Amino acid sequence: MSTVPLEEREPGRLERTAIGGVLVREIINFSSYWRSTTFSSTVEPTIYLLAFGFGFGSLVSVVGGYDYIDFVATGTVATAVLFSSIFPAMFGTFIKYKFQHTYDAILAAPVDTEELVTGEALWLAMRASVYGCAPLLVGLVFGLDPSWGMLAVPAINFVAGYGWACTGVAIAGWLKGIENFNYVTSAVITPLFLVAGTFFPLTGLPGWVQALAQLNPLFHCVQLVRHAAFGWEGWADVWNFAFLITFGLLMWRVAIAAMERKLID
Amino acid sequence: MNDRAACDPFGVPSTPHALELSHVVKRYGEITAVNGLDLVVPNGGCVGLLGPNGAGKSTTMRMLTAQTIADEGQITVLGHELPGDSKAARARMGVVPQLDNLDTTLTVEQNLVVFSHLYRVPKARRKAAIERVLKIANLGERRDSKVDELSGGMRRRLLIGRALIHQPQLVLLDEPTVGLDPQVRQELWALIDLLRSEGVSILMSTHYIEEAERLCDSVTIVSHGSAVAVGAPTDLVAEHAGRDAVEIYGSPERLVEVEAEMAKEGFPTRRTGTSIAVLGLDDAAGRAPAGERRPANLEDVFVLLTGEEIA
Repeated sequence: MSTVPLEEREPGRLERTAIGGVLVREIINFSSYWRSTTFSSTVEPTIYLLAFGFGFGSLVSVVGGYDYIDFVATGTVATAVLFSSIFPAMFGTFIKYKFQHTYDAILAAPVDTEELVTGEALWLAMRASVYGCAPLLVGLVFGLDPSWGMLAVPAINFVAGYGWACTGVAIAGWLKGIENFNYVTSAVITPLFLVAGTFFPLTGLPGWVQALAQLNPLFHCVQLVRHAAFGWEGWADVWNFAFLITFGLLMWRVAIAAMERKLID
Repeated sequence: MNDRAACDPFGVPSTPHALELSHVVKRYGEITAVNGLDLVVPNGGCVGLLGPNGAGKSTTMRMLTAQTIADEGQITVLGHELPGDSKAARARMGVVPQLDNLDTTLTVEQNLVVFSHLYRVPKARRKAAIERVLKIANLGERRDSKVDELSGGMRRRLLIGRALIHQPQLVLLDEPTVGLDPQVRQELWALIDLLRSEGVSILMSTHYIEEAERLCDSVTIVSHGSAVAVGAPTDLVAEHAGRDAVEIYGSPERLVEVEAEMAKEGFPTRRTGTSIAVLGLDDAAGRAPAGERRPANLEDVFVLLTGEEIA
């Protein structure tokens, strides 16, 4: 039996072939469950959008200078990105590690934990990038004016989704049982989700909450999407984007460290 | 073997051993799972890692893919030092895990496609590699079946086939037939024997004695994390148990007496559950006890060396 020649080089770190292998696995698996995931990832934010948009929209017509439905449509983009990246990352990682033993199989192949985490996060970021556009499309149907800046939204979604996916992987790597996910959801994700300027502007909140919101990646994502749709705001958006990039890189390393601790003993 | 070394993509000098562990130690807190283990798999050899549950077999298997990092000792796999060079070793090694971790919602073929990517089979050869595995695992007609729809035996064949997608030089099999019925087990033995005949080096952990006897050129018996005996199954039997064993039946009380009597005579014994097997009778001549005589086997050696009670 002759050996299939491998690539003619010593394996290194963060190899494209290894990350690609992890991605291929996710993409092929996605073909078997895309319907349900796409349904929940697009219908959920749409319901939020319609409920808040029309519910509150009947009470307040203009918020922060925007039509309320436009305000919510752009805000919900960030929510859709958050939900379609952090939750699949938390649950998917935990299930693949604990119940399906998928990671044992992947790490027995020439793939390191670093590449595994990177591949998983890239995949979820791509998905979130697409799903995150759903509220915007619904908004367009309900009267949101199209603008060239909106073309940047998938890229914003991708960067934010990468950070959230890494956060989800880190949480799954850090927590011992799946039941503990409830603590994280209630104590971390829900406040982040509410204090981000999605459904109401932060200007009405106490100063210290506004200061804290500056540390919330979701807030920066909301700001960026809104400015992409209604007009860029120069350095403020550079800061928002820089924050998201830093968040993504930081959580990427945290996720790798958490998973290495979990997978390698 | 030589042509394989010649086209070695990583240019690693060929070593006489596919795999070598020396004085390997792994501790988990107070517990020492692997305690100074020495183990060698020669190129093209099939070695059985035999031991009771908790002897350190699974920890050893995990160390070979660097999913567990040894505290002490040296591990070399296909000429690569672990854990530093483990990725290069993993690229040329196939692993069949004890726990089925196939993607169950995917088809047989999709599972193989995924692994052809993970194991870096070049694009031009992917199709042929998948066809080859389907043939080896005899799953050609089930290629479009979801894994969920397969029988236990088919799933296990796919699990083994999946590990062969990149034509590895070394295959690790962790309890390959655990929990399967005898017919399926025979089928898998034939599959493993085929690999052996093709010159693939194999390390197989098992606690099925018959499996080791049939398939392995050599077995390493482990107990409490270290090797207690190494050799060809027939040699180990001859050395530790002799040609024949005599089984003595009786009430539990009687068996305890027999054990004491034989110990006084200097014969090793082991319990079978229903009888006492007296071993080491080659030079006993007239001193051999009366009872049912049968050829000694590897199970006698196994129980003799690893103890009768499992912690």
